[in-house]
Amino acid sequence: MNKLDTGPTARGAQVRAERPQSHTQAEKPGVSEIAEAVEHEMPVAREMRERFHARPVADRTFVAVTMTLAVVILILVFGMALALISQSRASLAAFGWHFVVSTEWDPVNDQYGALPFIYGTFLSSALALIIAVPLSLGVALCLSEMAPVWLSRRLGFLVELLAAIPSVVYGLWAVFVLGPWLRDVVEPPLSRFFGFIPLFSGTGASVSMFTAGVILAIMIVPFISSVCTEVFRVVPQTQREAALALGATRWEMVRIAVLPYGLSGIVGAIILGLGRALGETIAVAMVIGNRPEISASLFKPSSTLASVIANEFTEATSDLYISALVELGLVLLVFGLILNVVARLLVMGATQRQRA
Amino acid sequence: MTSAAAYQYRKLKSNVMMGVTVAATVVTLVPLFLVLGYLLYKGASSLNLDFFIHLPKPVGQSGGGMGNAILGTMQIVGIACLLGVPIGVGAGLYLAEHRGTALANAVRFAADVMMGVPSIVVGIFAYAVIVRPMGGFSALAGAFALAVIMVPLVTRTTEEMILLVPHELREASLALGIPRWRTSVSVIVRSALAGIATGVILAIARVAGETAPLLFTAFGNRYWSTSLRQPAATLTVQVYTYAISPFHDWQRQAWAGALVLTGLVLALELGVRWVTGGAAKAAR
Repeated sequence: MNKLDTGPTARGAQVRAERPQSHTQAEKPGVSEIAEAVEHEMPVAREMRERFHARPVADRTFVAVTMTLAVVILILVFGMALALISQSRASLAAFGWHFVVSTEWDPVNDQYGALPFIYGTFLSSALALIIAVPLSLGVALCLSEMAPVWLSRRLGFLVELLAAIPSVVYGLWAVFVLGPWLRDVVEPPLSRFFGFIPLFSGTGASVSMFTAGVILAIMIVPFISSVCTEVFRVVPQTQREAALALGATRWEMVRIAVLPYGLSGIVGAIILGLGRALGETIAVAMVIGNRPEISASLFKPSSTLASVIANEFTEATSDLYISALVELGLVLLVFGLILNVVARLLVMGATQRQRA
Repeated sequence: MTSAAAYQYRKLKSNVMMGVTVAATVVTLVPLFLVLGYLLYKGASSLNLDFFIHLPKPVGQSGGGMGNAILGTMQIVGIACLLGVPIGVGAGLYLAEHRGTALANAVRFAADVMMGVPSIVVGIFAYAVIVRPMGGFSALAGAFALAVIMVPLVTRTTEEMILLVPHELREASLALGIPRWRTSVSVIVRSALAGIATGVILAIARVAGETAPLLFTAFGNRYWSTSLRQPAATLTVQVYTYAISPFHDWQRQAWAGALVLTGLVLALELGVRWVTGGAAKAAR
């Protein structure tokens, strides 16, 4: 989205609106009489008019080609939904709604239930958000309110590099560096002092829900913070100046002018980050331990919708097994779509309000 | 509390909070340097010419490389481009030239929705429409999956870049009697070409790092793949397999593979930014 968006669009609409008018005007007696008179005197004028109005074959072909390519996108989206539904038919028929509430995942006896994975997906994403949201807001405020422009650009660039690193590389690093570090340094004090809370009970393991949540947090911070930075940058300068003129300190200005103004955008950014976290596959599959169990403790192995698909799809033997895994994908798709639509509407509202 | 003390308190609070934002930025950037540092430290020592040109060795024998996986990634990403870029650019052009029509709005919404689809779901889609009918894993299926991920990225960037081209340029071209299609191709797309190319390269960088959609499409291959209908090794899947294996030598190679992969992706990203000066940012 760019500021210049509205310029050409508005003009395009204007041109479109005017074009039919010129046709209707030509039908009015005065104009058409003149036109006829001109064409009577200059036969070439008729030819010019006809050549102008007839859209050559090449033009129509060109529009048809680009339209077809655009329609391909619609086909892909519908095709994706249809393909997932048709491939999961066996599982949909066998388990129905029971699928999303059953906790049993037993390939040996062909019994499949998605609840452990839905739980794992949401718990790992929630953990990631709890860590990532404060960090992202801090980064966004630092970039938009604190740092001078030259520093802000460089820092913003570094934060974006975080988003560029492939997830398998994060996974590799989490397996060999982050996981063991969390197990040895972070988890023991947590379980010693907060062990009475079920979330922090038990001893640490390097593959666990906790490691997955932390690596997810690192991966989604750049997405949330870049959207928030953009949202804060469109807060009108007059709002800030008004707050400062009333004697606000810099932090008070942020709190009374910047944050409330960008609230819907912040919420949108968080939901966008949540959407990322839900769908993230490989890094999570590498560190979460892949056990289809619902465990209250963060320090136990678990599993998410995406990670179980990645781990078991190529090993699935029975048709019902594959079908159940595809249905997990369908559940993931539905969650992802809902979050994305909501987030985009919120962000769009927040960043376009000022441009209108 | 006197007013002066209250002011001191407010000022202190402000400074503390602003300090917290700086701390958050530092904390966020620490993992970046740690990841890059470990990649260099652990990966560089395993890199040699063999790594780039040899096949993986069986378990127990040290040495060997990921030559087939490097080639496989290039192959699959290349074919994904051939499939995805024309669709993306064409659709983006349509969106930009037919703004406000019902079809354009529907397609734009669909493209946004596609961007939010988890990549593993795209992998299942490719499995359903390519792997199943063809009866086996293939490089082609992997390329299809990556193309599906590329299409919405390229579409939205193309649209944004074309909208930046001043309308006067189009009017001038049409006033000269140049047909509409020619105006679109030779004037509009031409002017937006740098931006579109940037978007395409960023999309390439994005899909080159994808693992999840390749697991059950391109699958993996221990040997050079000679046909697009065969399974093919890719750098990402190879790193994944080696990283979760219990063999020390494989883990060592996983670091080397990750270094090459990250180098490739960051080179594309940095290269593009350096060339365009950050003028064109990919649509998110």
